Order: sequence, then structure tokens, then C-alpha cells
Amino acid sequence: MYTRTQQNSNLRFDLQVIASWIRPGSKVIGLGCGEGDLLAYLKQHKQVRETGIEIVEQRVVKCVEKGLSVIQGDINEEVHDYPDEAFDYVVLSQTLQQVYDPLSLIHSMLRIGKKAIVSFPNFGHWHVRMQVLLTGHSPFTPQLPYTWYGTPNIRILSLRDFREFAGEVGFSILKEVAINTDKKDKSGIIVNSLPNLRATYGIYLLSKK
Amino acid sequence: MSEYITHDPAGKSVGKVEKNFFTFAEPPNEMRLDSGAKLGPITLAYETYGRLNADKSNVVLVCHALTGDSHAAGYYSDNDAKPGWWDNMIGPGKGIDTDKYFVICSNVLGGCMGSTGPASMNPATQRPYGMDFPFVTIGDMVRAQKALMEHLGIEKILSMTGGSMGGMQVLQWCVQYPEMVVSAIPLATTMRHSALAIAFNEVARQAIAADPNWNRGDYYGKQNPDLGLSVARMIGHVTYLSDEAMRRKFGRRLQDKNDFSYQFDVDFQVESYLRHQGAKFVERFDANSFLYITKAADYFDLTRFNNANSAVRVFSESSARFMVVSFTSDWLYPTYQSKDMVKAMKKSELDVSFCEVEAEWGHDAFLLPNERLTNLVKGFIDSVYQDATKQ
Repeated sequence: MYTRTQQNSNLRFDLQVIASWIRPGSKVIGLGCGEGDLLAYLKQHKQVRETGIEIVEQRVVKCVEKGLSVIQGDINEEVHDYPDEAFDYVVLSQTLQQVYDPLSLIHSMLRIGKKAIVSFPNFGHWHVRMQVLLTGHSPFTPQLPYTWYGTPNIRILSLRDFREFAGEVGFSILKEVAINTDKKDKSGIIVNSLPNLRATYGIYLLSKK
Repeated sequence: MSEYITHDPAGKSVGKVEKNFFTFAEPPNEMRLDSGAKLGPITLAYETYGRLNADKSNVVLVCHALTGDSHAAGYYSDNDAKPGWWDNMIGPGKGIDTDKYFVICSNVLGGCMGSTGPASMNPATQRPYGMDFPFVTIGDMVRAQKALMEHLGIEKILSMTGGSMGGMQVLQWCVQYPEMVVSAIPLATTMRHSALAIAFNEVARQAIAADPNWNRGDYYGKQNPDLGLSVARMIGHVTYLSDEAMRRKFGRRLQDKNDFSYQFDVDFQVESYLRHQGAKFVERFDANSFLYITKAADYFDLTRFNNANSAVRVFSESSARFMVVSFTSDWLYPTYQSKDMVKAMKKSELDVSFCEVEAEWGHDAFLLPNERLTNLVKGFIDSVYQDATKQ
């Protein structure tokens, strides 16, 4: 069954899902926060105290122009400086697949935050599977719009992979939502059946065991 | 102060400004300095731009660098060849918008642009202080600025900013008077001088001391140690630029000639530039002030404030919101020094932003027009103001 979700802002659909999980007034850090769309939304609508980490100078400037607190730097390094449980939520949106050492990053996230939110494109989507099977090429989809030699995605994972990973390395998945979005990711639907085959993205709420 | 500042191409300016003076610490109520010495009376030269609002919640305090002054923006008269040193940042609609904010900039204690310094009259001798002037620290400069704030009836500073040694004063303010500072923007600065920075300052000071005219600081009314001071300035200028900036600006180009002169005259453009900067500098700056102020910068070590010996503990004094900015080609206060600062602020759970601005002009980049820097400063101060007025 598909559940229709109303598009209620200019926020990207996956970010709307993440925003809906965050308690008002909490403390949130966005790792790889880009131009700060999610954080600005949370600051405005949920009165969160926000921090972003972003490596690209131009995006950092955009965040500051939006009134956000943001630190320019590499997420893998910047996470180390915060005290334990400095944040209520640590968000890693659509970046996990580009992280060299996902395990240590997730450990750091669960150290500095009470909860972590992780989302990534699902490489198990039927579209990806069919392309590999039928054309013999590595996948090229709206969610994965890169050539093999230009892609920043160095970790190829599916929703099933991530669930197993959580079990093996020992953190809890408190919530999982699989979504299917339109080409511009502005609107989408939540996928309840056969998510690993039918969802373009997975979004997870994590905690320490 | 800035060699770079020019008339605003868009014609935006705070317009005519004037230098004001505030005198305090009259004996027997002299100010006690960090060294233990007492100093008074003290005069600070200062300027203000924009209007103080009714609840005095729109104050932006600007701190100048080593050789700067209170003249941060605008013009003293129609005939001024150029405006104040940070006119590209301060003015109507600019990064620090004088339509919204009340901007204050004062000349540092120990300076020579209207504030009390070694060239001022020593009331005990009725002669200029010279080397009798007590050593001042960044903390003392800030203590004097605090007296000025009290005089102006200001209890809260919405935001304060400054580059280089101005940034040191900003940091010092945040821990020395934490209850007064709502937000702070330290630019191209450091928590403490590195050996490299001290080394260049020491070479510059030695250049002054080696000038026979310096006469152990007793030269007022006689020949000034212009040679020494101009060499000091030349050394400073090298550290304010960068390899790339100098390559672009001068390369190996020759000055007004096609071939080497095989003389020790000026051959290269870079030599000509440095000599010109040195010669211009001695017209406006006092050599003893240079000695005292560089020493204050060298002594600066925020991590030792109140004997804390920990940057994290020092910053935990503050509750200000910070935005730290460094510049890629700054080798005097390189980015790692700003990052150390940011790291300590994060550990103290302060609200901090950090940006390393891509700029080829070396340490002096903070003085040059830079759209990203302007947008950062504007975005930050505006959001602090918005949050402050919401509460």
C-alpha cells in the first residue's frame, strides 16, 4: 500500500519526513547540511537550536545568510570536538553513501547525539536492479545521476544492507521510512510494501542499543 | 590605515564623521593595568556611525588592527583622498548596515591616533612618555574600551568585530566582559601569537631600535626614527600579503627600467612598493606606539586568561554567539589557528559558526572588498539582531 503524503512546503520530500520526526525546541546538528534548507525549516517551524557542518564555502555563506550557525569543515573530523550527547538529533541526510568510514561516523553521531537520523538512496530499487541486469551498465537514475567515474557515491548500499549493518555493529533502528519521490524529489510517497525493491530512499532514526 | 580603501564606487557612505575624545582615569583614579602599573588620565579617540536606538540594543563595536585608528568609515572633510579604513564594510546597506546599527570604533590604548600612548604627555614630567609609558596588553585596551562604553551608557554590545589584533580584542572582550557581548566576529586572528608572528614583530622592533634617531624612545621634538619605522612597516607588509598576492601584484617586474641597475637602488616593483609603504607609514605613525602595540599583540594569549591554561575553560566564560572567519592565503594567522579557536568553542558548547574564505591576498584579505565576507558579516549580525529583538 502507498500512503499519499501532502507536500506542505518547498522542503524536499525526504527532508519533510526527517523534519516530522524532530521534537520542537530540540538541539539539532546537520552533517553535510548544504545550503541549510532543513535546518532553516526546523529553526523556523520547530524552534530548534541548530548547527550545520558543511565543507563548501559558498554553501556555508548561504547558511549564514539564512541566519543559521554553521561550521565549514569535514564532517568526519568536525564531529569529534563536541561533548557527549551535545545534541538531541544528529542528521546525516543523503551523505552516508559518500562516507569513507560509515561505521565510525555513525558511532560518532550516536556519541554526540541522543539520536541519529540517516538517509541514503536505495541501491536496491528495482530501477537500479533492472538497469544492471538488462543493460549491463552501472546504474544511472534520477537518484543516482552519476557516471561510474564521476560519482561521489563510494558506498553502494540497499535498505536491506543497512538493516543488517545495524544488527551486526549494534545500534537500534527506532524508526524506518522508505520513500519514493518524483524526479525533483519535491513530493513523494511513503512505501510500505516491498520497500527494498520499490523505495528510492530510506530514512532511519537510530539510537545506541 | 588601510592601503586598499578607496571611495565607494556606488557612492554609499556614512558621509561626514568626526573624531570624538573621551578622557577618564584622572588621578588619583588611574586605571590599573595588567602589568600592575597605573595609568591616567587616559584619552580614547573614537567615532560613531549610525544611530543608537531607544533601548540601546543595536550597538556594533569595531576593533582596529595594529596600525589602524578610530576612523573606520566615512570622511572628515570633502577633501579627504579616501574614507575610513573599513568603509567597504561599514555604511548604509553595507555588511555592517549603519541604517540599522550604531557602530563605534576607538583608537587603542597605546596608539598614536588620538588615544593615550607613548607620544602623549606624561603628567608627572610634562614631557611625552616615551619609554616611561607603561606596558599595555590587549586586556588593557579592552578595559579602556569598556570605560568608553560606560561613558556612552551602553551595557550590551549586539556584535563586535575586528581583524588581526582587532580580533584579539574581540576575543578578549568576550571573556573579560562576557555579560556585555551578545555576539562576536573574530576575523583573521588567533588566540595567541605564534613564534612566527612574534619573530616578525621582533625583527620589526629591532629595526626601530637600531635607528640612531630612536634614542631609546626619546626622540619627540627631534629627528624621528623614520628609517627604522619604515623598515618595520616593510617587514609587516610582507607578512600581510602572500606568495600568490605578491606574484600577481609584482612578479619579478622591474620598476621604471628595462634591465637591472647593478646598484642597490630599487630594481624590482616589489622593492618600490615596500619602500613607498614604509615612507607613507612614518608620516602617520609613532615608532614607540609601534613597539608597545606589537608587544601587546605578542603577549596576547587568551588561553592563559585568569590562569585557566585551557582555551575550553576560557571560552566557557562567554555566552556569545560566534562567527570565526579565516582566509585561505593568510600565513600570519593561518586557518589552523582559527580552527583551534572553533574547536575550543565547540567543546565549551558555544554557538559558533566558522568559514574559511577563499582569498588570495593574504592576511590583509579581511580589509579588502569581498562579497562573501560582506554577506557573512551581514547575515550573521542581522540574524543576531533578529533573535535579540524576538526575545
